[in-house]
Amino acid sequence: MAGKKKFEIWTVVALALLASFILFLVYPLGTVLKESVIMPDGSVSLEQFAKFFSKSYYVNTIFNSVKVTLSVTCVSLLLGIPIAYFYSFYKIKFSKTIFVLSILCCMSAPFIGAYSWIMLLGRGGVITQFLEGVVGLKVGSIYGFKGILLVQSLKFFPLVFIYMNGAFKNIDNTLMEASANMGCVGLRRLKDIVLALSMPTILAAALMVFMQAFADFGTPMLLGEGYQTFPVLIYNQYLGETTNNYNFAAALAVIAIIVTAIVFFFQKWATNRFKFSMSALHPVEKKEAKGIKGFFMHLYCYVLVAIAFMPQLYIIYLSFRNCKGAIFHPGYSLVNYQQALKKLLWRSIKNTTMMGILSLTIIIVIAVLIAYLVVRRANTLNNTIDTIAMLPYIMPGAVIGLALLMAFGKKPFALTGTFAIMVIALVIRRLPYTSRSATATLMHISLSIEEAAISLGASKLKTFITITVPMMANGILSGAILSWVAIVTELSSGIILYNNKSITLTMSTYVAITRGNYGLAAAFAAILTVVTTISLLIYLAVSKSEDVNL
Amino acid sequence: MSVTISIKNALKKYGDNVIIPDLNLEIKEGEFFTLLGPSGCGKTTLLRMIAGFNSIEGGDFFFNDTRINDLDPAKRNIGMVFQNYAIFPHMTVRKNVEFGLKNKKLPKDQVKTQAEKFMALMHVDEYAERLPERLSGGQQQRVALARALCIEPDVLLFDEPLSNLDAKLRVEMRTVIKNIQHSVGITTVYVTHDQEEAMAVSDRIAVMNAGVIQHVGTPKNIYQRPANLFVSTFIGRSNVMNGKLAIEDGKTMLVTPSGYKAEMVNVLDQYKQDQDVIMSIRPEELILNRDVNAEGITATVDDCVFLGLMTHYFVHLESGEEAEIIQESSIDSIIEPGTKIKLTLNTEKINIFTADGSANMLTGVCNDCANA
Repeated sequence: MAGKKKFEIWTVVALALLASFILFLVYPLGTVLKESVIMPDGSVSLEQFAKFFSKSYYVNTIFNSVKVTLSVTCVSLLLGIPIAYFYSFYKIKFSKTIFVLSILCCMSAPFIGAYSWIMLLGRGGVITQFLEGVVGLKVGSIYGFKGILLVQSLKFFPLVFIYMNGAFKNIDNTLMEASANMGCVGLRRLKDIVLALSMPTILAAALMVFMQAFADFGTPMLLGEGYQTFPVLIYNQYLGETTNNYNFAAALAVIAIIVTAIVFFFQKWATNRFKFSMSALHPVEKKEAKGIKGFFMHLYCYVLVAIAFMPQLYIIYLSFRNCKGAIFHPGYSLVNYQQALKKLLWRSIKNTTMMGILSLTIIIVIAVLIAYLVVRRANTLNNTIDTIAMLPYIMPGAVIGLALLMAFGKKPFALTGTFAIMVIALVIRRLPYTSRSATATLMHISLSIEEAAISLGASKLKTFITITVPMMANGILSGAILSWVAIVTELSSGIILYNNKSITLTMSTYVAITRGNYGLAAAFAAILTVVTTISLLIYLAVSKSEDVNL
Repeated sequence: MSVTISIKNALKKYGDNVIIPDLNLEIKEGEFFTLLGPSGCGKTTLLRMIAGFNSIEGGDFFFNDTRINDLDPAKRNIGMVFQNYAIFPHMTVRKNVEFGLKNKKLPKDQVKTQAEKFMALMHVDEYAERLPERLSGGQQQRVALARALCIEPDVLLFDEPLSNLDAKLRVEMRTVIKNIQHSVGITTVYVTHDQEEAMAVSDRIAVMNAGVIQHVGTPKNIYQRPANLFVSTFIGRSNVMNGKLAIEDGKTMLVTPSGYKAEMVNVLDQYKQDQDVIMSIRPEELILNRDVNAEGITATVDDCVFLGLMTHYFVHLESGEEAEIIQESSIDSIIEPGTKIKLTLNTEKINIFTADGSANMLTGVCNDCANA
């Protein structure tokens, strides 16, 4: 930084990043926008949008999506905040197990939960039949709004749990004591102090849940039936068997982005009203959970996590059951796994692993570079890159899949169905999360540490590699393994882009479900669950902490 | 090898905002030099210009005869100690200390012996294999010092190194820093806003305000004969009052608002004429007399604070001004609030400034600052 402005390697890095973002993100999104207003005959028209808003069948999908997503967000908060509160403020027995199981719940591919719930509570589900046959009770339909709400809430409340746990940890015990000192305890303290202090995190968790639930394609696809949501509509318009309308799908994508953007900016606006920073010098000491109160706290935690985790266990159980097509037969065998071996199991595993490793590597490198550019070399160019990289945060996976397909489906960039385009989609999808956490990590690293290295004779490059990157490593790694899990379970963009050559475990599972090969699907899902579980356990061992950054 | 640092017409601005307009300074070889001033005065900015972390918009910086303006910070051979220590958290104490030596591409065994020598010197050798997070603030500061010293720098820079330590450790560490500096004899520039700390460690102090050096001198001279009103109020406590200078029978008399007169024998010749002045009187330079009929300024005691060795009196004068007086505590009773007393001045010690406060009118000011 001394003397006149020198030509820096970072300028080259910035320009290279900008160029790749323009090619792989801005250009595809531009294509979507173009396709949505330019008709096949070359005329410009808002006809597609008019078509959307003129038919209640289409408009209803937005209402459906928003309604179910908002409900899921509220229910997730209602389920997640109490468990986080009990977990952070009281000594709950087996709390570590509860935490790990919760993370496993929200890390599994969403549609696997949906599929398993169908097996449990669907028309032919075990619980349904048990209740009807033995007790004579009709549970009603799991399909439609109720089912999506159930499955997504149980999947996303752990997100709230993880977020809130982080926030509660930052509450200084003296604040609790001061509040008690002024006569504010119990529920009033929970409302006026604990939750009020955690408001920014509650909003952040709500946004996260909203974005993920809104973009979730697998769950409503399997469970929605007549209750069609937006991502399902987009998928059907593009690849559906009945219709195949590029321009209309593009218009839908644009509308989806507008909806999520509105929610995103509303959340930002709301968060700005609760701006304060805290760091706890004296973390809250966990109290014993005794008596009847303690009993109910334990009961709540255990029952909730048990219900949320049940589908995953059930899937693993099913994978060992004899099965032919959609019918499970009595008896146990490895027949499903044998079938899986015939159905591209190895290719799926290989693709999943290779894509995961490659995407993750690219994501980490880019995230570190962006973090450095934004934090240490802030200028208009670098801030622009950061903003562009963040764009996919508000875009449903189906939109990104669609955009890439439209942009690279034809020459000169015919990439559809290739390994490359899957990696590109995964990188784009997951980069915002990792780049956020990398940026936040770097912001907490004092500049003077780098200056110390330079004044001790290290070059700028050496300082970056030997000081900056290792210091960021912790923050990045903790986020990276969760990114890994998200990549492995990615469905919504992949489903549009994959083909037989680039099929992954998640895709294989989904295909098996949609084709009615339930046993096969269970085997794939079980393998997927094991992969995510192992990844997560590695993460917990590596990070050595209970904190999870998403 | 130690160097002389010369700074000529230094200019620093951020955009159109000028932080340091035109600064000249010479720091002698081997001396412990402190930049002292209120926050925002530009002292850290100047230090970082020397270190190479801030750009230099104008002027020249020299280490001996070498111009360093465009020299890469990594090549300036500077040992720097930061406010937050800037210890690399992912390296052990030993790796931290060895870092600079490895960058010098010294042979391996030399890196080891050199690092060990300085870890021992700073008494951190027993923690050599620990990670910094397991060290206390004071220990981290020692590691930072060992790391800065072991590259045998030409210049040592300290950026408020003690401000994160508690009061007791601060006093202990400043003695450590001073003793180490004296034994290695490396030219040292030290930035602080704590004047007591500056007094305790420095050979010379530069008092800065708004990017301009006000006074460069020894701690004693800066305290006793501050170059201007800012320095006199920033260093130590002072009662500032308006007064008049009057020539009577060839004698230069200082006249207080209440009419009390005292002869001043050390006024510079150029100021010997009738004029308004500002008196700057330290609390210990007011002499308190319980005899209300004695000559002096009449005052009433408002409050008194007994602090053991010293007793502080807060009084208001006849003319309305408030003043603070410090006296060695005596065995007899403390003067009760409400008591009327008389004050006289220790004319040998007090300072008087021109009416605008810009210059001291007395002999004995030693200001090494060229453009003050």
